[in-house]
Amino acid sequence: MSPSLMLKRYRVWLLLFLIAAALPWLAFNWSTGRHSGFVLTMLSEIGLITIFALSFNMQMGQAGLLSFGHAVLFGMGGYCTAHALNAIKAGSFWLPTELVPLIGGLGGLGFAVVFGYVATQQRATAFAMITMGIGELVAAAALMFMTFFGGEGGVTTNRMTDTSLLGASYSAPWQVYYLILVWALVCVILMRLQTQTPLGRMANATRDNFERAQFVGYDPRMVRFYQFIVSGFFAGIAGGLYAMLYEIVTFDTVSAVKSSTALLATYIGGVGGFYGPILGSIVVILLQSGVSLLSNAWMLYVGVLFIVMVMYAPMGLSGMIAAHGPIARAGRLRDLLLPYIRVLVPGAMVVLGFVMIAELVSFTTIGASQNKKFQVGSLLIDTASPVPWAIGAFALLLGGWWLRHESRGFQRVWDSTMEDIKRQAAADGGAT
Amino acid sequence: MEVFLVTLLNGLVYGMLLFMLASGLTLIFSMMGVLNFAHASAYMLGAYFAYTVSLYAGFWVGLIAAPVICGLIGALIEQYGLRRVHRNGHIAELLFTFGLALVIEKVVQMSWGLIPVPYRIPPELDFALFKVYGTQFHAYRAFMLLVSALMFGSIWLALTRTRVGLVIQAALVHPEMVSSLGHNVPRIFTMVFAAGTALAGLAGVIGGNYQTTEPSMAFSMGPIVFVVVVFGGLGSLLGCFIASLFMGLIQTFAVVLDYSLADLLKNFGVMVSSSTPFAELLTIPIPRIGALLPYALLVLILLFRPRGLMGTRDT
Repeated sequence: MSPSLMLKRYRVWLLLFLIAAALPWLAFNWSTGRHSGFVLTMLSEIGLITIFALSFNMQMGQAGLLSFGHAVLFGMGGYCTAHALNAIKAGSFWLPTELVPLIGGLGGLGFAVVFGYVATQQRATAFAMITMGIGELVAAAALMFMTFFGGEGGVTTNRMTDTSLLGASYSAPWQVYYLILVWALVCVILMRLQTQTPLGRMANATRDNFERAQFVGYDPRMVRFYQFIVSGFFAGIAGGLYAMLYEIVTFDTVSAVKSSTALLATYIGGVGGFYGPILGSIVVILLQSGVSLLSNAWMLYVGVLFIVMVMYAPMGLSGMIAAHGPIARAGRLRDLLLPYIRVLVPGAMVVLGFVMIAELVSFTTIGASQNKKFQVGSLLIDTASPVPWAIGAFALLLGGWWLRHESRGFQRVWDSTMEDIKRQAAADGGAT
Repeated sequence: MEVFLVTLLNGLVYGMLLFMLASGLTLIFSMMGVLNFAHASAYMLGAYFAYTVSLYAGFWVGLIAAPVICGLIGALIEQYGLRRVHRNGHIAELLFTFGLALVIEKVVQMSWGLIPVPYRIPPELDFALFKVYGTQFHAYRAFMLLVSALMFGSIWLALTRTRVGLVIQAALVHPEMVSSLGHNVPRIFTMVFAAGTALAGLAGVIGGNYQTTEPSMAFSMGPIVFVVVVFGGLGSLLGCFIASLFMGLIQTFAVVLDYSLADLLKNFGVMVSSSTPFAELLTIPIPRIGALLPYALLVLILLFRPRGLMGTRDT
């Protein structure tokens, strides 16, 4: 492939990378000359969760292996990196700071060999249960063994090892952000290339029909095992970056909650394509960091979003976007504009009604115990008065009924447009 | 001997509580193939509903009302949620119940607060029933045993002696055939799901005040119930019963035996100090390992005997 062709093919990704690199400067405070710590942490988190979710999708999307213990690989990478940083600081060995996440990757890989050897003996539900069991085991062990896991306090570390190849000190969060960004780019490219390798292809085959994969001459167990190990490597890198970002690794990183973050991000983004989990990570972390500042109920919103996706859009956000491909190519997106508006209005109503009720409930219990007041802008909402409750319930119910009605109309327009495009394509095909 | 008897009784109580939870899940899992993550959430909801009802109408009303509400919620979930997701396969169903468990935990936190609620044992049962070597055996524990034994008996009779039970048993093995014979299999699914959820709710009512009623109780109980179901084997109520008692007993006994491997080695004249290799591993007391045992068992069972103790087919 010539360089110009490569540039053309990957220009979208190059552009996205440049945007990601520019993002922190949007929140830069020019008068004080300081970056916003909150925005930087959030962006860094998005970067590493992207790697984590993509490595999860290596198992779930590509090999059909649903894991409930993926955070174990992530956390192991984190612990190994924390210990490695401490060792470098103490002068036991030398490694450039930029390459330290590699230790995390190796830690994740090493543990994936052990963990994966056990788990990949089975597939489907049994695999899910084994990974859950191992996840719980490791989470409990993390509290038990002080030397490696540091018990409840975790392992603290310091990323300023003075061994940078670029001469960076990594004392400032923005330096870590760019480190994470570059690692994320490298990992995304490597994982993308991995899908084209024979292993990646065979993983798809064992997912779709493991018996036929067997007939072709591959041992599906070994395919699952290798795929698991590769995925462990990338999860470990994400864990390593986590250790460098927060400079502390606790048992939370191996817990079921962390595993479910990967699951939620991957599934909301879409398991079908390669890039879905990136989208999902962005959405989940934005909800986690952004909404959790405003609301106690952010996990509820993520959960409900997840259920809605499982029920109505099993291919995730990226699947929804991809479904528009044929229509966009036929230049008919304009036809969908009006139906979209007609669906979005009641949809927004349902969302607002739901958020209203959820916030009212949350403010009467958790909010009251924290002495918070329900405030929208300058408007103080009295949770004891029935008016806001009635508004919320009304919006939810009316919006729901209206949405049901409109979505049928939308379905009709969608179906007829698709039918048109197919007919058109068939006619074109017949003419040539 | 004294410790042994008391622990045995406590282990039985805990085992029977596990069985109430696991029996419903076994039926749901074997029949519909759905690994229901929200099952333990029904347990939690049962405890919270019973708490709220008991504030106004007393414990005994709650004992009836909470399982009924849980059963209704279960029926709604099956009818409007699971049935729709069913088309997308088992993994989608599993993920659906997983999302549900997340949402229910959050809803409970938002409705009843983050801290445990003071759900208490009813005063009528708050006395010592008898004494074993000076240790009191609480009347409420006897009541728990009674309720769970009654429930086990009635499920057993319902499954083996009634017409509906026979249809359910048949639908466990050959759902298509049962459907061709003119039975409404989806309705049976809904019924079983609702009944299983109601049982979990009942377990919550009597377990919530025995343990603590708090938002994290579902996530701490959930994995153990899975272990019991897998250990007992799919499609076998008896296997589930044995597995529950076994799991209840080992967990209770592990708490009592405050020894470690180092103590064992001491008998052979080997002293463990902090400089011994693996000293950390050797000095962990059994009570701490006890919490790990169920998960280690889960992994081992799935590796070497995926059909469990008395199961009819692989997990």
